Amino acid sequence: MTLTLAVLSGFLLALVVPWLPGLERRACGWAMAVLPAGLAGWFATFVPDVLAGTVVRESRPWVEALGIWFSLRLDGLGLVFALLVTGIGALVMVYSGAYMEGRPKNGRFYAFLLAFMASMLGVVLADDAITLYVFWELTSLTSFILIGYAHERAAARQAALQALVVTTGSGLAMLAGLVMVGLLAGGFGFGQWESQAAAIRSDAWYGPAVVLVLIGALGKSAQFPLHFWLPNAMEAPTPVSAYLHSSTMVKAGVYLVARLAPVLGGTVLWGGLLGIAGTTTWLVAGWWAVRATELKRLLAYATASTLGLLVLLIGLGTEQAIGAAMVVLVAHAAYKGALFMLAGAITHATGRRDIRRLGGLIRTMPATGALALLALAGMAGLPPLVNFVAKEAVFTAVWHQPGVWPVLGAIALLGGALGVAAAVRVAWRALLRSARISGPAAGKVVFQELAGPAVLVLASVAFGLWPGSLDGLLSPAVAAVRGQPAELHLALWHGPSAAVLLDALALAGGVAVVVALGPVVRRMAPVERAARFNPERGYALALGGVNRLAAWQTHALQSGKLPRYLRTILAAVAVLVLGTLAFRGGLAWGSPIQDFGIAELALCVLVLAAAVFVVRSDSRLAPSHARGGVGAGVALVYRLGGAPDLAMTQLVVEALTVILFVLVFYHLPRFGLEVGRAQRLRDLGVSVAAGTALALVVLSASAAPLDRQIAREYLQRSVPEAHGRNVVNTILVDFRALDTLGEITVLMAAAVGVFALVRLRMRETPSGGQNGDGEPAPTRLTGTAGQAASGLAGPVGRGERPATPGASSILHAAARFLIPVLVVVSLVMFYRGHDAPGGGFVAGLIAVVALALDLLAHGPDSSRRLLRADPRTLLGLGVVVAAGSGLASWLAGKSFLSGLWLGGGLGAAIGTPLVFDAGVYLVVVGMAMLIILSLAEE
Amino acid sequence: MTLLLALTAGGLFAAGWYLMMRPSAVKLVLGVALVSHAANLAVFTAAGPSRRAPPLLPAEGLPPGTATLPVADPVPQALVLTAIVIGFGVLAFTLVLVHRAYQTVGSDDLEKMESAER
Repeated sequence: MTLTLAVLSGFLLALVVPWLPGLERRACGWAMAVLPAGLAGWFATFVPDVLAGTVVRESRPWVEALGIWFSLRLDGLGLVFALLVTGIGALVMVYSGAYMEGRPKNGRFYAFLLAFMASMLGVVLADDAITLYVFWELTSLTSFILIGYAHERAAARQAALQALVVTTGSGLAMLAGLVMVGLLAGGFGFGQWESQAAAIRSDAWYGPAVVLVLIGALGKSAQFPLHFWLPNAMEAPTPVSAYLHSSTMVKAGVYLVARLAPVLGGTVLWGGLLGIAGTTTWLVAGWWAVRATELKRLLAYATASTLGLLVLLIGLGTEQAIGAAMVVLVAHAAYKGALFMLAGAITHATGRRDIRRLGGLIRTMPATGALALLALAGMAGLPPLVNFVAKEAVFTAVWHQPGVWPVLGAIALLGGALGVAAAVRVAWRALLRSARISGPAAGKVVFQELAGPAVLVLASVAFGLWPGSLDGLLSPAVAAVRGQPAELHLALWHGPSAAVLLDALALAGGVAVVVALGPVVRRMAPVERAARFNPERGYALALGGVNRLAAWQTHALQSGKLPRYLRTILAAVAVLVLGTLAFRGGLAWGSPIQDFGIAELALCVLVLAAAVFVVRSDSRLAPSHARGGVGAGVALVYRLGGAPDLAMTQLVVEALTVILFVLVFYHLPRFGLEVGRAQRLRDLGVSVAAGTALALVVLSASAAPLDRQIAREYLQRSVPEAHGRNVVNTILVDFRALDTLGEITVLMAAAVGVFALVRLRMRETPSGGQNGDGEPAPTRLTGTAGQAASGLAGPVGRGERPATPGASSILHAAARFLIPVLVVVSLVMFYRGHDAPGGGFVAGLIAVVALALDLLAHGPDSSRRLLRADPRTLLGLGVVVAAGSGLASWLAGKSFLSGLWLGGGLGAAIGTPLVFDAGVYLVVVGMAMLIILSLAEE
Repeated sequence: MTLLLALTAGGLFAAGWYLMMRPSAVKLVLGVALVSHAANLAVFTAAGPSRRAPPLLPAEGLPPGTATLPVADPVPQALVLTAIVIGFGVLAFTLVLVHRAYQTVGSDDLEKMESAER
């Protein structure tokens, strides 16, 4: 529990931090350091126990079926890393307070820095491969966000994306490898893996698993050929570079290799891969560190170089090599963390990051310069700093490596010399040489920026003078990596040995490289030219290729042309349906010409003829009226088929649709354009195929025996339970009222959509239809309103309409008599709907016809007056009434929308379903009138 | 009878889709209207034999124990009824959308509307 809490505490704080006040102030760095410092202190209390061999474990089931547990353990290796993560974390937080002072996005910055710390703790404490993987990817994600902190700059975005692609991409390979090992071991716990190490190493899948796992580890630790993201990641703010990209996250790969060494290590494949990758990175990155001139990039190359050394040492696997790796780990974290923070302080103060444009800092910025000089001495491995002890341990390990020591010795000499050269070059160019460059006066470096580096430099000196104090911390770590007890005896001076000689040679070589840098660089020129074709170029080519492929594929599939989409969809439907009917069966005929009727034949011919006319006509109005003919024909088919409700509804809808088309089509052009004949034939073929498919499906479906259980149920329950004899209506307002409630909500949405589209237009035109308080002002629109209906409106509309030449006085006269009749019919239809054809839908539509007739005869103002309420009010009221009728039943203790009945009376049963139907009525009137009035008043 | 109605539904479907694939936005709207007729007619026809009495019951309700339904099936009718009204709402919306697009783009051409969106 306590380990879990230690890991999660950073995440919890990260959730709170963005909302805290005062994050832009310098002092908040100290506040942010409290948690990491506290955790570091807490972890430090475990040192004696761990030295005694205690391992703290915590485990809880996660995905038990797959053998995945959320497990944590604290052993020697985990403890070293946990102390680094939290200790350096605390120093970086303090530094951030000064470095990030006054910046606006600090909430995000601190939150992700804390989240990173928590993720990194999760990585180094995980005792289960999947647990580790999840935290591993979390570090990649937080790193992505922190590198892209200055996301306004393209370079920062690209660097962040590159780091993300490389680390998570290699992380995926690692996941595959971890799953392979997990399948071999029958679980994902590292303890289980260690106990079955021999079996895992002898399996045929061992080789692929090792390669995949190492891709992940080496990508994370910026090893060749996946090293290129690290120098680019220097786009991040300096605290991030100091924390993630020198001392912690990039060491996750080293950690993983060390953690898995007892399971996967000890083979030629393991040692060979790590040796090649580590050696190459050590030397190549070391050379680029000597060549680099920008402070942070130089440090980044040097970091990659040291990581290569660490990977090589773990690959060697001897007790001396692992011991040396642990000391290098600690020493590097101390001097490199300090150097990054100092580099940030120098750039802050001088505004310069290129060592060719810096100089004499030891005089202009004495405190910063002195600390930097000490840290660089540490980097070069001068006594009495701890890196001297580390380098001696490295040379000792190399010297004692059986068999390959001459080769390794030469490599180590070269690698060591390059490291020294980079340090000496920075010390000379930036700090010691006299400042010949007249730059701006050195700015102020605040104490808080130097606190972290000072602590780290002091630690370097202290551990250098008393290296034995590290024995207790590092011995259990070596034991954990080696899988057997180990004892470290570090000392500043072991007496003269081959290692001391090699160290001295490397120092001299490094100084020589700097002195003779010009000639050396000229010698290396052909090699550097050859390196133009490097992995980073490959990455850029691959990424560009993927982007181009995606663009091509999107363009090919997403043409943005509606006809093409429709054709594709329809052709797919036709092929699937016809293919299924042809090859999978299901095609049935039944008795398709049974009870053939001459009336239906006439109607169907009419409908199809009207449809053909709609397709072929090129005029504007004629096809929309012919379309009305289709609707009317279909309505009569409904009537013959025993569906009077459908017939009535369809007919009224057709009348209204014709009015809508008339209102809109006057403003539309003739359709002139058409595609070529071949394309028309192709479209016709696809359409006919789809039509054939639909006809066959309808035939087959009607031939299939249908269980009428549902229909029988409704028919039997309609009269006793729903008190209605029109079963269609009882289904709509009682049995399936919830569906109907959803449907009238859709109607409301459609009407509001139409209203919004029209209003948008009115707002755009300056002559506008809107008065000061944002309400529509229909009275001001009468001038334009008349245009819509001008072709049909009567000459005199109750005195207020201007006479329109050519308008129909017949319509005007008819409207006067028809409107009251229609209103009465509408009310009767509504009232009788429960027992006879009718109901809220059709009754509402008939009322709309009455209002629309008035609109055509007298203009929109008149029908607004006739309606009395705003259609939007009716819409809302209708939905509220319908839902309210359901709530009434719910409050009465029955389920939502089930009917409550007061008993019969007045020729029909009175109950909540009738109220519900009234709601439907109001919604239909509101919807249709909102649409019609919006169009007419435009 | 079913054959005739199935052919009509298929014919309306084909005509509607053909119209929807025209480059003219107005024909698109006409096509939507025809396709919704075709769909309603298909559901109605597929549900069973035509020429039945409407699902209106006598005052005492359905006599118990009837094996075959004495009237037309009310379930597809309820489905189609709401589909008709919703179809009206959708058609109105599409119509106004095309109208607005024409006002903005100044053309009935779907291609030009598409390029105006970019």
